[in-house]
Amino acid sequence: MTAKLLDIAGLSVRFGATAAVSEFFLSVARGEAVGIVGESGSGKSAAMLAVLGLHPPGTAVSAERHLLGGTDVRRALPRQLRALRGSVAAMIFQDPLAALNPLLPVGVQIAEVLVRHKGLSKRDATLAARALLFRVGIHDAGARETKYPHEFSGGMRQRVMIAAALAGDPALLIADEPTTALDVTVQADIARLIVQLQRERQMGLIWVTHDLALMAGIVDRVVVMYAGRIMEVAPVAALYFAPRHPYTVALLASLPRLDRKRASPLPAPQAQAAQAAGCPFAPRCGRRMAKCEDLPPLFEIGDSLAACWALT
Amino acid sequence: MSFSLPRLLGHRVPVTSVLGALGALLLAIVLLFAVAAPVLAPYRPTEIDLRQRLLPPVWVFSGSPRHLLGTDNVGRDVLSRIIWGARISLSVGVAASLLGALAGSTLGLCAGFFGGLTDRAVSWLIDVQLAFPFTLFAIFLLAVFGGGFVPVVAVLALATWVNFARVVRSQALSLRAQDFLLAARAVGVGTPRLLRRYMLPAVLPSIVVVASFSAAQAILTQAALSFLGVGVDPTVPSWGAMLDLGRNYLQTAWWMAIFPGIAIAITVLGANLVGDWLGAKLDPRGK
Repeated sequence: MTAKLLDIAGLSVRFGATAAVSEFFLSVARGEAVGIVGESGSGKSAAMLAVLGLHPPGTAVSAERHLLGGTDVRRALPRQLRALRGSVAAMIFQDPLAALNPLLPVGVQIAEVLVRHKGLSKRDATLAARALLFRVGIHDAGARETKYPHEFSGGMRQRVMIAAALAGDPALLIADEPTTALDVTVQADIARLIVQLQRERQMGLIWVTHDLALMAGIVDRVVVMYAGRIMEVAPVAALYFAPRHPYTVALLASLPRLDRKRASPLPAPQAQAAQAAGCPFAPRCGRRMAKCEDLPPLFEIGDSLAACWALT
Repeated sequence: MSFSLPRLLGHRVPVTSVLGALGALLLAIVLLFAVAAPVLAPYRPTEIDLRQRLLPPVWVFSGSPRHLLGTDNVGRDVLSRIIWGARISLSVGVAASLLGALAGSTLGLCAGFFGGLTDRAVSWLIDVQLAFPFTLFAIFLLAVFGGGFVPVVAVLALATWVNFARVVRSQALSLRAQDFLLAARAVGVGTPRLLRRYMLPAVLPSIVVVASFSAAQAILTQAALSFLGVGVDPTVPSWGAMLDLGRNYLQTAWWMAIFPGIAIAITVLGANLVGDWLGAKLDPRGK
């Protein structure tokens, strides 16, 4: 087994003429938790779907390197990809109601994955599904497994979704905004559950979010994305205490705080078409200079990588 | 329908379920006719009695209590022929609807799910089918290949599959974009299973609704084909053929055409009412 669960470099995702993701790279090892932050439309979800080969039809995906659990996704057959999904890497989605089959009882949905990946018999799969439901905190699993997704509350639904994702015993868990659609009161519970499971099973975790505050206690490393590009990669402490990229700085400053006045609001996004080349953040950046006409490479500063000319 | 009848036995009953029950009752009567024809019919449907030709219904002056709905031009009992005719109408309607459902739903599901070339091919077939004047096409086919039960069912299925294909395709298109399919694929569920376990159950209610309307359509078309003389075997009593025969005697013996017409109307109405009711019942938004 290779040490890296996911090793991807030079990933680009294009919807027709629009580049959703450019030059994306990421590697995740067992037991490691990586956060990906960025505004809506920054290409976070598009990149994660491409990682699993689940990009919608009509999308052009290319990568210099794309290894998932040691398998080259670019050359894998559809059958091989299906075997990878769920067992090597599984994904949790933002809206659990939309992501669960409304017409199947939840126990059946989880059991299906167990039959598929573990080769269990139907009866064994049903029992294992019950155990999984119990593990994710549905304590009357025996009574709840025959219920349909709409009969669960939001938080319970997300627990079911997590159980389904874990059923194939994945080495890598991709959580795409897993708490965004939930009540604030249950967000922390779900986040805690995911982290617990990650540690318990020594999984790799990719936590996609725009909630910087919640992420701080979860991940080891953070990737900051803007307009489909990586702006900064930093260990979590460095990101919060010594943000390098002006975008990261602005993002952290935009967190609502009661004890301080909001320093400088992040200017609203500009039309993306205007800047074909150059730093994508330049139109909104307070430290813009002439050199920003050229695309900045990632500079190494301490433990961080940041794509900004102002840091040279 | 959202409005309700005034309280009935203390419960508010939606109009659709009252009409649905009425439709089910009508269909049940026709079904009873079809199943128990030998017991219910007072005469054999082909029994000719030339002394009792063109007798009017019992309530008309000179009508006979032995022939409740009168007799036709060769003295066959109209009521008996209507009862026996239910067999052909129902079996043709149901068979054509099922065959159409099988073909149309499969094509529609694949078109909506796979998109691309599959979708274009199926959509083209649908357009071709809809552009054709169907009855003309059916007459042509039956004239060339001959009538009979199987050819008639096959030709009618050719008319009904489009209903299924269109509805199922459009639903599959909107389903395809939903997260739960993506999530299922993200845990490794394969395409055949996706179609069977995730797509089919979601479109099944629509298939059931379309099936009841299509059965009504098939019964009507089958009657029309019999009327035009290209239907099932003319020796088998069928409502359409009775209507055709009665047309020649409309001025003198109206009962020969009116009663089979009423039988067709009742059956089609029943199927449509049940279809409406199922549509309201199975629509999850209606709850």
